[in-house]
Amino acid sequence: MRVSRMAAVATAAVMALSVAACGGGDDAGSGGGGSGDGVIGKAAAGKLIIGVKSDQPGLGLQTGTTYEGFDIEIGKIVAKGLGLDPAKVEWKTTVSANREPFIEQGQVDLVIATYTINDDRKKKVAFAGPYYVAGQDLLVTTDSTITGPAALDGKKVCSVAGSTPAKRIKEEYPKVALQEFDSYSKCVTALGGGQVDAVTTDDIILAGYAAQAEYAGKFKVVGEPFSEEPYGIGLKKTDTAGCTKINEILKAAVDDGTYKAAWDATLGKGGTPAPTFDASKMSNCPA
Amino acid sequence: MDLLSDPDNLDLYLTGFSWILRLTGAGALGALVLGVILAGFRVSPIPVLRGFGAAWVNIFRNTPLTLIIFFCYFGLFSTLGLSLAEEIDLNNFWLGVVGLSVYTAAFVCEAIRSGINTVPAGQAEAARAIGLSFFQVLRMIVLPQAGRAVIAPLGSIFIALAKNSTIVGTIGLAESSNAMKTLINDYGSQTILIFLIFAGTFAAVLIPTGYLFGWLANRLAVKR
Repeated sequence: MRVSRMAAVATAAVMALSVAACGGGDDAGSGGGGSGDGVIGKAAAGKLIIGVKSDQPGLGLQTGTTYEGFDIEIGKIVAKGLGLDPAKVEWKTTVSANREPFIEQGQVDLVIATYTINDDRKKKVAFAGPYYVAGQDLLVTTDSTITGPAALDGKKVCSVAGSTPAKRIKEEYPKVALQEFDSYSKCVTALGGGQVDAVTTDDIILAGYAAQAEYAGKFKVVGEPFSEEPYGIGLKKTDTAGCTKINEILKAAVDDGTYKAAWDATLGKGGTPAPTFDASKMSNCPA
Repeated sequence: MDLLSDPDNLDLYLTGFSWILRLTGAGALGALVLGVILAGFRVSPIPVLRGFGAAWVNIFRNTPLTLIIFFCYFGLFSTLGLSLAEEIDLNNFWLGVVGLSVYTAAFVCEAIRSGINTVPAGQAEAARAIGLSFFQVLRMIVLPQAGRAVIAPLGSIFIALAKNSTIVGTIGLAESSNAMKTLINDYGSQTILIFLIFAGTFAAVLIPTGYLFGWLANRLAVKR
């Protein structure tokens, strides 16, 4: 037992090194799913490390040592589907910039952290899902007259530096004055103080802030999404078996109502109805 | 869309580093002026000024720069309404310069003060004996000698300032650390390369700067 564990660790280390060494990202994986490799094996061995956000109310928020939010609930559903007690999941905070490296280095087994699926990221990691399709939207004060991105000319809009929403504003709405911070909480503070007229990012994240007790009744989400951000579950690029399995788990969760329950317990608290789940979009697993 | 061939990416990179240079330049100037004044306060015969200088150094040297920059935006600008420019970028830039200057001045002040300690007491005594005032002694006799003694430590402070200026990114200036975040978000598959390019640029500029200050310190030192 002990010897075989050691051997597995050594094999994993060698694998990680060889992947890191080639760096081209074009090595066709052998499909994973072997013993100890891939999320199915990890779950069978009784441990799963899931990377989540820690600063997004309603999605992934850390209070003390516990995490809560819709992403966390999805993580529990996936763990349960893989036959693991959700209490045995180890949650780990990831930020946007370190999601790919964490997956590649094996520091986390899965990433469920408002992780938009895109082609460049697919070069490095596999995506199960999407489990939710967000859209970029605006958060404004309740008395604001802003009705959508077209009404933003000359207005001050806040987003997070280096994020996809900030980039879209720069490219598609150049007349908008953009204030960037390193977190959405600062943006929301600036919106409350009147330094900016709107905060922009994915609607699901904005809804989380609008639903926070301290801002009750102060802000509203405009509700005119102007992009599509499919949120996926990131895992090792070679883990086709795990990816396919997670898609099955998600489908089953929608059918038996656990997906809706996860929504209602987190983001749906403010009365937002659960999103319609489109299983046909789940075609991102590596062949 | 390729990381190295897309002109937009080069633009991001150059804009980022030009902000860093401007922050470092303006911050160094502000810190030098403030630091010399503070050092003068700290060696002056007036207790109130000495106390003021000591308080400044102790407060700002022991407060994380992130908090100071954060306060510049949310304290000075948001709450007190101190707007330094119309444009968002320029306003953030000047708020950042205020924060960097105030913080770095504490270090400059201490460096200059240690330089003053290298000037033999006899110099100041002789100056007083020929009837110069405290201010004249400081300006004509003590500070020129003290300044030449602390070129190397000042160099270290300015190199630290150049790297610290990336913290102004927290209030939204599109400096190099924000440019790096943007590129990492767009090219998640090449995180390491992007990081190396940015870190390498800092090193390529700052290592020669370090040697330059070392050479200057040797050339200008007062040989006793």
